Amino acid sequence: MPDHLLEVRNLSVEFHTAAGVVKAVRNVSWHVDRGETLAILGESGSGKSVSTAAILDLIDMPPGRITSGEIRFDGRDLLRLGAAERRDINGRRIAMIFQDPLSHLNPVYTVGWQIVETMTAHGQSRARAQAEALRLVTRVGIPDPAAALRKYPHEFSGGQRQRLMIAMALAMKPDVLIADEPTTALDVTVQAEVLALLKELQRETGMGVVIITHDLGVVAEIADRVVVMNSGEIVEAGNTREVYRSPQHPYTRKLIGAAPGKGDMPEPLPRAEPVLKVRDVVKTYGTFAALAGVGFDLMPGETLAVVGESGSGKSTLARILLRLDEPDAGEALWKGRDLFRLPPAELFALRRDLQMVFQDPTQSLNPRMTVFQLISEAWAIHPEILPKARWRARVAELLAQVGLKPEHASRYPHQFSGGQRQRIAIARALALEPELIICDEAVSALDVSVQAQVIELLTKLRREMGIAFIFIAHDLPVVRDFADHVMVMQKGRVVEYGTVRQVFEAPREPYTQALLAAGLDPDPEVQAARRAERVAIRA
Amino acid sequence: MLTFIRKRSVASLVSLVGLIVLVFFLSRLTGDPTDLYLPIDATDEMRAQFRDIYGLDDPLIVQFGRYVGDLVQLDFGESIRKARPAIDVVLEAFVWTLQLALITMALVTVAAVVVGSLAAFRVGGFFDRVSGIVSLVAASAPDFWIAIVAIVVFAVGLGWLPTSGTGTVWHWILPIAVLFIRPFGLIVQVVRGSMISTLSSAYVKTARAKGVRTRSIIFVHALRNAMLPVITVIGDQAASLLNGAVVIETIFGFPGVGKLMIDSILQRDFTVVLASIIVTALAIFVMNLLIDLAYAALDPRIRN
Repeated sequence: MPDHLLEVRNLSVEFHTAAGVVKAVRNVSWHVDRGETLAILGESGSGKSVSTAAILDLIDMPPGRITSGEIRFDGRDLLRLGAAERRDINGRRIAMIFQDPLSHLNPVYTVGWQIVETMTAHGQSRARAQAEALRLVTRVGIPDPAAALRKYPHEFSGGQRQRLMIAMALAMKPDVLIADEPTTALDVTVQAEVLALLKELQRETGMGVVIITHDLGVVAEIADRVVVMNSGEIVEAGNTREVYRSPQHPYTRKLIGAAPGKGDMPEPLPRAEPVLKVRDVVKTYGTFAALAGVGFDLMPGETLAVVGESGSGKSTLARILLRLDEPDAGEALWKGRDLFRLPPAELFALRRDLQMVFQDPTQSLNPRMTVFQLISEAWAIHPEILPKARWRARVAELLAQVGLKPEHASRYPHQFSGGQRQRIAIARALALEPELIICDEAVSALDVSVQAQVIELLTKLRREMGIAFIFIAHDLPVVRDFADHVMVMQKGRVVEYGTVRQVFEAPREPYTQALLAAGLDPDPEVQAARRAERVAIRA
Repeated sequence: MLTFIRKRSVASLVSLVGLIVLVFFLSRLTGDPTDLYLPIDATDEMRAQFRDIYGLDDPLIVQFGRYVGDLVQLDFGESIRKARPAIDVVLEAFVWTLQLALITMALVTVAAVVVGSLAAFRVGGFFDRVSGIVSLVAASAPDFWIAIVAIVVFAVGLGWLPTSGTGTVWHWILPIAVLFIRPFGLIVQVVRGSMISTLSSAYVKTARAKGVRTRSIIFVHALRNAMLPVITVIGDQAASLLNGAVVIETIFGFPGVGKLMIDSILQRDFTVVLASIIVTALAIFVMNLLIDLAYAALDPRIRN
């Protein structure tokens, strides 16, 4: 059997923590060849990043320990090499890019310095490295490359930062590029561009690419082969199309089934008197127009999805509706009363009706409060809702409603998974019996299978309790299955508004069409067709 | 940048004015200097003359008005004790204190950064444990006691170093060594904590993936980021040294501004007390400005 470019054989890694030994990966084997793209697909905690961290000697030992296996590269086992030899391979033969380039680039050095460092660390002269850095930055499509080299990471957009990371990783023309969730934090249109750039660069250099992702769409778009990981083990491996078409393992089936945007679209709601009428809301920060005249109606029990990329103003809108921020102009009539002009006492009373669920439950739940305290706090603030004697029973009820157990009430947020924490945040919002819940990217940080469960929960609550939702998302497929209306925002304006069916099946605006086209479908064949279409449009 | 300096200056000026008012009136509460400077058998006439020369007979508010009037012309008044312009006396002492503070803080910074960084690199290792104990003891050591013990051991017992005063390089060693201890212990701990968090940061992981050498990861990638919180503590410690290390200067008979201030307060030499306060306040203002500039130099994100 010929040698593969890079091969991981029977790798097992464990971490020794205060809570005991965690087996991060068990007997993991995979390989990648020249010019090929392998995707490692898995949800959080699946161990999908561990084997690549072992390849680049990034696992801290202790607490980590490699208990078995080998990593074959260039006819050698990397795990048997000394630290100096490993360092020599890192960045020169095998390079890596990461999720969230802002925190992975050093904030206090210029990007030019950081790209040059990749080369000087491997013995190239500074002058040659500088010339090469300019070429690389030009190649990855950064405008005004000479000036860009002298700038700092925070002066670029998220997509540009990832391009710079790619330039840095490719400086030594590595044989293998490992990309760990490279597009997760990016807007869909930017994601499509970055993935396209990776593919082009792969074609030019013939490098092998290993992409780690939780997103079936990314796999469909870029990978030739895929390995699916769950709880530290590979449960399925094979050609991307075959795995999608006939998944063998139940976990793979579950993942594919959970991909959003596949179910039936909801029937339009019958017309009713709006409970919330928003008109001409304007908000400027300095010279930046976050909202430039936004308006919409919301019927009782309706779910309105507000979709837009970063900077579109969607989160500002949520904050302003809840009066967490003050608008410059406009009105928001809640049952006929203008939210923006209510005196403080009435606004306080009204806060009951309007609740919010935030994106990151780790940050929005106070880590030093138990679940009981988190949920019942609202009743201490609005004592008319519930007498203290009934708090405990009601917390148990609410926990049951969001699919948790009554005994969870005495635990702290860190004892729960991300999806469970978001359920707690929802239970807290429900405690005040609101009529409207604003969800700001409430499922964006969750794994797909968890995302599907939370969306199911929201749909159930909406059906049973008639709560209206404003559901803010950057991703269109997520809202397709359960929103009544979709409002697409761009640069502080509403560019399109309509029922889900109108927006998804017959988008009128080019921006909406571009958003839909940039979204990645989990089906590799659909993705291949879209890619062909894009190429045709460009040609 | 200039607007920033201007804003800072205005704010500092306001607090300086408040400080001058407070010190001027409070110091007069300690009593009349006449009794301290004239012999016990001085006649009432001589006393009246003395009071007249220094304007001590006028109502306080008039004295204050005169003081401020002179001050805006940069006249800080005469030192009663030294019979020289107060500002000359103060500046002379301040130069001593400034040298002592600069040398000490430079040594502290270099030593604490190296020790703290190495301790952070292998948390829980031998070096980390030893430096942890040493820095804890140093940070909590009573410096006046160490000063006296050091004099007993090195000056009196071994006779290696002079007990007090100035004159040769040897005179500097004990004061610097004693002043070094506490800030060193404190800053080692801050550097260590800050380095631990930067060494586990994402960009350090990137540097490792790039194949950057360990030394360069610690001292180039991590240290510059880790220095940001450290600078604040360095500034804070330097400020307390600039104010005059009163106790240490007194024990070692070091002619700095701290010793001068204590002597002037005891001798009711009001003009010198006020001039010392103004000079040290200005020095601390300038130093805080330097700290802010150092911040901006280290971190491009706060330059604008």
